[in-house]
Amino acid sequence: MSDPQIYLDHAATAPLRPEARDAWIEAAATVGNASSIHGAGQHARRVLEEARERLAAVLDADPIEVVFTSGGTEAVNLAVKGLWWARPADADAVVLPDGEHHATLDAVEWLVGQGAPVRRVGIDSAARIRLDEFSAALPGAAFATALVANNETGTVNDAAALSSSAAEAGAALHLDAVAAFGHVPVSFRTWRGGARGRAGLVALSVSAHKIGGPTGVGALVVARGAELAALLHGGGQQRRLRAGTQDVPGAAAFAVAAELAEAEREAEAARLGALRERLVRGILSAVPDADLLGDPVERVPGNAHVLFRGASGEALLFLLDVAGIAVSTGSACQAGVPEPSHVVLAMGRSDAEARQVLRFTLGRTTGDADIDTVLAVLPEAVERARAASGSRSGAGS
Amino acid sequence: MSGGVDSAVAAARAVEAGHDVVGVHLALSRAGGTLRTGSRGCCTIEDAMDARRAADRLGIPFYVWDFSERFRDDVIDDFVAEYRAGRTPNPCMRCNEKIKFAALLERALELGFDAVCTGHYATLVDGPDGLELHRASDAAKDQSYVLGVLNAEQLAHTFFPLGATPSKALVRAEAEERGLTVAHKPDSHDICFIPDGDTRGWLADRVGAERGDILDRTGAVVGSHDGAHAFTVGQRRGLQLGVPAPDGKPRFVLEVRPVSNTVVVGPKEALATAEIAGERYSWAGRAQQPGEFGCHVQIRAHADPMPATAVLADGLLTVVPETPFDGVAPGQTAVLYDGTRVIGQFTIDRTVSAVPVDA
Repeated sequence: MSDPQIYLDHAATAPLRPEARDAWIEAAATVGNASSIHGAGQHARRVLEEARERLAAVLDADPIEVVFTSGGTEAVNLAVKGLWWARPADADAVVLPDGEHHATLDAVEWLVGQGAPVRRVGIDSAARIRLDEFSAALPGAAFATALVANNETGTVNDAAALSSSAAEAGAALHLDAVAAFGHVPVSFRTWRGGARGRAGLVALSVSAHKIGGPTGVGALVVARGAELAALLHGGGQQRRLRAGTQDVPGAAAFAVAAELAEAEREAEAARLGALRERLVRGILSAVPDADLLGDPVERVPGNAHVLFRGASGEALLFLLDVAGIAVSTGSACQAGVPEPSHVVLAMGRSDAEARQVLRFTLGRTTGDADIDTVLAVLPEAVERARAASGSRSGAGS
Repeated sequence: MSGGVDSAVAAARAVEAGHDVVGVHLALSRAGGTLRTGSRGCCTIEDAMDARRAADRLGIPFYVWDFSERFRDDVIDDFVAEYRAGRTPNPCMRCNEKIKFAALLERALELGFDAVCTGHYATLVDGPDGLELHRASDAAKDQSYVLGVLNAEQLAHTFFPLGATPSKALVRAEAEERGLTVAHKPDSHDICFIPDGDTRGWLADRVGAERGDILDRTGAVVGSHDGAHAFTVGQRRGLQLGVPAPDGKPRFVLEVRPVSNTVVVGPKEALATAEIAGERYSWAGRAQQPGEFGCHVQIRAHADPMPATAVLADGLLTVVPETPFDGVAPGQTAVLYDGTRVIGQFTIDRTVSAVPVDA
């Protein structure tokens, strides 16, 4: 629907913050290539570097470590492919947990096509990366990659533990913090800890539009000691890691959004956590055989990922959409059709269950009234979706 | 909405008629390509995009519904099984019967919709005994044959806004006027799940291609083939017979025997079929009472209807055409008409030759 009354898909993309929009417009209205030598170029460069510094401060990283990209997917691709291509001669294999985002999965799969061996690491029934398996897979690996927060089920991993085990094993680590940034504490410096050179946490991906910035902007934090090959070659911008004229308005807007998200984070976590609790309790009392998936405590505050047995997520999504409520099945789409969630499958659920989940993600614009409406509409929608999902109709079967 | 011009215009007319319309594109194959190639096939990402853009233009919501599993089970697997059994199925009819007006319709009704509206060329008429399915105004585009499998219940929840339009050219012109980008998109042909159009090759991969004998009507071996499934009754080309017919006349496939992997050939006259019968029938509207009735019978999507006498008795529908059919393959669907009205249809299980073997 073009104008949902209730938007509960903040994890897909969050509403643009007015302050970020204003920052974007202001920077876009001024001519200047940040690589030009003249005054206009110097002005653009100044706006860009200020944005880099502000974002670095929020991420608790050095400004030189922040490499702007076209978004989370590019940041992840730069980390995954770049770390593999620049791997030490004696390093072999990529350590890949189950249930990672498709940006990571598909990039690694592509590397596998180029001959990269992969060591898979399981996740538990709450989608937590199994730390023991992860640590065991690290020795001799070129690098490991891991989600800080799972984008579908909202489970937050112990990033500090993942980082220190990588540091101890001497393996490089990329953390995908796209779903975590702005919602849970993210500190590149703390997680990198005392690691040196290419060991431990060396790269961390974030994206602007998940926190109220514009789409088309992301960043990869790249530690000074990291060995990383570039995806793009050209003008040598950004430590020669990311060629291309730099997006000054995008960077400025990202920095504003990041600062605001971080400033509001604790209060919003409490507020959204309470709203989510009310939503989940309401769902479980109206639909007693529904299940909240993911870690009940260590999760992104605004995420409620719910299994509705016997009801196809696709049908539920449609029924809620018609009622003006925008939610997601959380899983990737192929030409508009939700796939069974690979995350839910990796959590040990069946193929049928992996098609019976909905992801509600609350955010800055969500209030009590939204939850009331969802709880009023949902029971009938579930009943109807169950009827429509019976007798093998469509994807819910 | 397939992404073609017909369903786009049908949707536009439904919107204009004041209905609350939602566009639905059926994902029937998970292995669909990304881009269209020529006019073949459907279900590419580009087709889904065309459908979406048509829905945007009409200002209606749009969803892709995944029926790929059911389509595989009920249409593709059925298609292969029918060929394996030596029959010649029509997958488009099976799709209408099992998917578009069954799975999709059931799901739509459960989700709160009242009807499914498609871009098929056929008309619905409110008759004295309920809804009737009739031929379209444009004889060249008439699709009442492939809709012959619909029953009264399905017809009651169906709209065909294009059926009364005198020609497809008018539909294209209307699409153009409405600013629909698919106005000049080529019609799709062939079988949608065989995108390269090579049905023989596709079947060979699934049914297997094993060398077997080609026999004449007396049982004498007159040649060999690379898999009986590749042949269909009435086929002349591609036989590559080593032994010429005694009378020098061309020979046609008379019968396909999958169990013995043999193909029987003979003269054109031997194709003449005096009677067809089947037990799997349905009525497009009111049910036909047992007994004899006159009708026209059509045995292919683009065949001419033939005057015939039908008898329904003991669960068996038998049809005798006034003049014999020119080749009928078991598995084909016979649709019975009363003038322009579709009476019903049946799958041909049994045929009776008009010419004895020694003729």
